[in-house]
Amino acid sequence: MTPKSQQKLAPWIATLALVAAWWLVIRLFDIKSFILPTPWETLQAIYQFRYPLFVHGMATLGTTLLGFIAAVLFGMTVGILIGSSRLLYSGVYPLLVGFNSVPKAALVPVFVIWFGAGTVPAVFTAFMLSFFPVVANVATAFATIEPELLEVMGSLGATRWDMTRKIGIPRSLPFFFASLKIAVTLAFVGSVIAEIVAGNSGIGNVMLVASSNFNVPLVFAALVVVGVMGVGMYVIFDFFERRMTAWSVRGGDALAQTIGG
Amino acid sequence: MSFIELTDVDLVYGAAAQDKSAQTLAVASATLSIEHGEFLAIVGPSGCGKSTLLKLISGIMRPSRGKVIVDGKEVTRPLKTVGMAFQNATLLPWRNIRDNIMLPLEIVEPYRSRQKADRERNREAAEVLLEKVGLSGFGDSMPWQLSGGMQQRAQLCRALIHEPSILLLDEPFAALDTFTREDLWAVLQDLWSFRKCTIILVTHELREAVYLAQTVHVMSARPGRILKTTTIDIPRPRTLECTFEPDFVEKVHDLRHHISRGKQH
Repeated sequence: MTPKSQQKLAPWIATLALVAAWWLVIRLFDIKSFILPTPWETLQAIYQFRYPLFVHGMATLGTTLLGFIAAVLFGMTVGILIGSSRLLYSGVYPLLVGFNSVPKAALVPVFVIWFGAGTVPAVFTAFMLSFFPVVANVATAFATIEPELLEVMGSLGATRWDMTRKIGIPRSLPFFFASLKIAVTLAFVGSVIAEIVAGNSGIGNVMLVASSNFNVPLVFAALVVVGVMGVGMYVIFDFFERRMTAWSVRGGDALAQTIGG
Repeated sequence: MSFIELTDVDLVYGAAAQDKSAQTLAVASATLSIEHGEFLAIVGPSGCGKSTLLKLISGIMRPSRGKVIVDGKEVTRPLKTVGMAFQNATLLPWRNIRDNIMLPLEIVEPYRSRQKADRERNREAAEVLLEKVGLSGFGDSMPWQLSGGMQQRAQLCRALIHEPSILLLDEPFAALDTFTREDLWAVLQDLWSFRKCTIILVTHELREAVYLAQTVHVMSARPGRILKTTTIDIPRPRTLECTFEPDFVEKVHDLRHHISRGKQH
């Protein structure tokens, strides 16, 4: 087996190992299914509740993506602004760190007071949780542009916009995509938390209802659905990252692509 | 009047600071005049304000005192007719070599507005330069596929593509091994006779200065003052053989002597 196909197989084997460990723990300690359901029971629950899981899963996905897109637009703009100006950076960055340190679960009730229960607080929570990595990464990319490069551009009479367009943005793409992968998983965390606290739809809501009915297999089924959606989004952004920033990955695939080997 | 004139130029870093001790005098009363098409080298110990002098000429920095005049006009903002190269090649890793070289054409007028129309011509110009520096056929390569010396060659092309009247070189070969460096001296000498632009080379390598320049200025340790100006009249084209001749060696020794005296100031 080539190292490449080994790499392709590795995540599946790791997943299987986790499921096996899960099952083994239940067997060894004789854990009741209303405490921790077996993988098989969870799978059955996914099948049995496939329709509500799909509908609510889609609701969560929509909420998450709305919050996430807002976070990306906001994060990119703020990141470019504070990354380009040392004054703005030192002024605004501590504030952002402060915001990011606030437990977002604690904010959900505030959002509910402002916007009422339902989808809107979930979108806001997803946004709040996911914008920071985007800001931090884009700002870092902009703030670490080689001064010589700016000097070259400056001596040619380049405008600020020229520098942003020709150097800043392309240079920040690898940082940006790396942050997207983190941000999208955090956005799921945000929307599910908000749905648990104050949702009337979504996977979080399914979990809340299921746990109050002691339907623990369904709770786990819902968790699996969120996890799979998170991995799905991660894979999508990973694909675009490889496509658009091949230049930043010198080894392996990028090398094969450029040299044609 | 000369092409480039520096009259009694001071540069103080942190001039805005209230605290006098936070201020550093980087360049002190520098007076230089540089003729059109001259190849000039500035040598001195590290941290003596050599690079600062380049920034003053390119207009990236304004002098704290004195005047910088280029082509009869006082420099008050970045000149657009300058090419620059540094110790780091600073090529954009996401562009291939050709697109890296053509970057200035996307910025500097009149090329900028004629980019689309002149596409073919610009590509040819890039190709001509690539050939001059011995990189023909590497236009489609990515920067990381090139060795350090090749990246420096590409950087020289980028600095020259918009046909600047002044080329400012800030220790462009300092990070290279001796053999590559000596190869690039010849390349630079060729480029200069090909383009006939004014070149100001900052370096701490004395042999490099004597090999390449017509005039060498020695700067003292900080605050940088110009201690000594030597004319190098070794005939061109100079070759590596020249660097072993007594005349050449004596010039290098003489410069070294002035630099060590400058350190004691």
